Amino acid sequence: MTADAVIIGSGPGGATAAEVLTRAGWSVVVMEKGRNHLLDPDDLTRPSGDYSNDEIKFISRHFLGPDPLIEPRAFRRSADEGEHTHVGEVNSIPTTVGGGGTHADGKVPRFREEDFRLRSVLGPQDGALVDDWPLDYEGLEPYYAEVERVVGVAGRAGANPFAAWRSGPFPMPPGPPMYGAVLSSAAAERMGLHPYEAPTAANSVAYDGRPACNNCGFCAFFGCPIHAKGDPVALLTRAMATGRVELRPETYVSRIVVEGRKATGVEYIGRDGVARTMSARVVIVAGGAVETPRILLLSGLEHPLLGRTLMVHFQTIVVGHFPDKRLHPHKGRAVTHVHDDAMIQDDAARRAAADAGLPWIRGGMVEHSGGGLPIMEARHTPWGSRHGQAMRESNLRERMWAFIMQGEDLPYLTNTVDLSPSVRDARGFPVARVTYEPGHHELAASKHHGKILQSVLEEMGAEWVMHTSSPGVSYHGVGATPVPDSRHVMGTARMGDDPATSVVDRWGRVHGLDNVVVADSSVFVTSSGYGPTLTLVALAARAAHHLAGTSPEARRDPG
Amino acid sequence: MPIWLTELEYATLRAACARMMPSDQGAPGAEEAGVADYIDGFLGAFSFDPPRIWAGGPTSGRQGGEARFGSFIALAPLDELAWRMRIEGSQGRPEREFNGPVIGLQQRYRAGLAALGEDFADADMADQRHRLEADEEFCALLWEHCCEGMYGAPEYGGNRGGVGWAYIDYEGDVQPRGYSDAEVSGP
Repeated sequence: MTADAVIIGSGPGGATAAEVLTRAGWSVVVMEKGRNHLLDPDDLTRPSGDYSNDEIKFISRHFLGPDPLIEPRAFRRSADEGEHTHVGEVNSIPTTVGGGGTHADGKVPRFREEDFRLRSVLGPQDGALVDDWPLDYEGLEPYYAEVERVVGVAGRAGANPFAAWRSGPFPMPPGPPMYGAVLSSAAAERMGLHPYEAPTAANSVAYDGRPACNNCGFCAFFGCPIHAKGDPVALLTRAMATGRVELRPETYVSRIVVEGRKATGVEYIGRDGVARTMSARVVIVAGGAVETPRILLLSGLEHPLLGRTLMVHFQTIVVGHFPDKRLHPHKGRAVTHVHDDAMIQDDAARRAAADAGLPWIRGGMVEHSGGGLPIMEARHTPWGSRHGQAMRESNLRERMWAFIMQGEDLPYLTNTVDLSPSVRDARGFPVARVTYEPGHHELAASKHHGKILQSVLEEMGAEWVMHTSSPGVSYHGVGATPVPDSRHVMGTARMGDDPATSVVDRWGRVHGLDNVVVADSSVFVTSSGYGPTLTLVALAARAAHHLAGTSPEARRDPG
Repeated sequence: MPIWLTELEYATLRAACARMMPSDQGAPGAEEAGVADYIDGFLGAFSFDPPRIWAGGPTSGRQGGEARFGSFIALAPLDELAWRMRIEGSQGRPEREFNGPVIGLQQRYRAGLAALGEDFADADMADQRHRLEADEEFCALLWEHCCEGMYGAPEYGGNRGGVGWAYIDYEGDVQPRGYSDAEVSGP
């Protein structure tokens, strides 16, 4: 059998490519190394029933994968540290049908115009490959609009004064604000900031056959039991409905087979453990910015930038304690409000940059969020007598509120994904090794914007405030693990017109190969400070439309 | 009858859990919640078919819907490999040692409980604390599992009758009811 396309990975990027291509009449096979816990195998429009509000299953027991014993990753901060300093979980985006979309809390902001033109707008930074993208917001907007309608995004146009222009309204209004976010947004406004309802792919009303979110609170790191989260369920089920997609879970692609300028198909290990080959006219790689370079390297592809300029979003975490309030952050969507002020160049940011000896600093979108569930809280509450009382008072869960800034992470050649020389996965293949440490820019931006966020929590009434980051850095003292927690991974197969300075072209096609397309955040040139999902989905839609010779759908009534 | 531990190990484990989570000023402790049963059940997860690793879904029946958590999810071959490695250790089997030997939880518990001493359950509170703190690594492991056994879903064997959740005014799994918009946005 020869498929029109084999798509490696069923996460947001792969699901989008499948949706667009099947709509255009292509027959595609989606190979996903993880299991299917997302869709009912007997009725692919319905939830499988495996997802649940279960902290043990999802947080303690790796239900969405990857299991670090089966598919570990290696980590080090720099080559100076030797082969690796850590083996286990590193940026572990779920390995399961639906990929990273399954565990995400569903915030899906668009990038803004300047995110695609950072070098032109702000200029270079020493030691970083700050470049413009080979496309602009105007060109991507129709794809943003299309995928927002398919996925179903709740939001309010005009709520964010810094937002890029949009060709139409959000498909549905925002959901209910969390109590804590009502308070933190009011405090932020009093401090001159501009909080707004986060664009979220969780239904505020019934949409496209899926129900409205019922506020159960198990969003971030959990699969949605009722499919109120649209990414990538909506994309996958639409593709399935065409009858032209075959979804193969537990199918591990070990190599893309390349002859000259063409890929002829893929080698894979099926559910039965047997290695086989499948032919395809086109191979689409959508494993995420760690697994995609890994599979390209396993396939023997060579490019000096393949696996380089890994970006993760440097997370600034500022936590406040509110002893006289119960903020119940476990009720409702994980994050309902954000603000973008830290991405705007104002006098204070310019002074902070100058003080740090940098031409500019740029933070990221700030999430207003509470945190934690009881097991997580208990682990950080001392054992012995008083444990029960402390849990009942719930200082770490009910009485905390936090800002998490997803800071722009610059593209450095020294932050990389390559193949571990010694660590293997259970199938015997080399695992990905991540080499990452933040640069001067990330630390300076975190320090400056962290102070502003501290003052907002004080304005909100915090008794005390703590500032930390992920990855941890020594001056914070707490949270000091050097392995970044961020699941936003980008940039390891950057896009550009010049084959010497980019791995893929403006359509995601690998330079030098006619029919291998990357459809995930590996292609990002810069990281922005916005979550990458909607942008990678829009780019995947754009790449797939280009392959199929089609255009984004005209607006339709979302029904 | 414990599922995997010996009677003596089980008695030591119960005492250790109760020392970490005592019944205190009205707070339920590890004894009331069955925390030791949670841990023993985890160590003996492969005594059941399907193994008791991942509870079923989507609902427990506590807030409406069917009571499905008790129907544990079948493991795929690689899931089984992972969880046998984690619980039983690699035991010298090549298919479990592709990255070197793995010490399993069963071995860590057997050694850790033995090190607490056969008379641990009868020791006084200060002595119990001293013995627990003597092995930092085992103490951390035990604490991690105590927290799961007190505040995890009851279908895993702990948090008996939801006592852990009730005391902290936490509703636990709330599908399919969820929360109203007013509950989300109000104080």
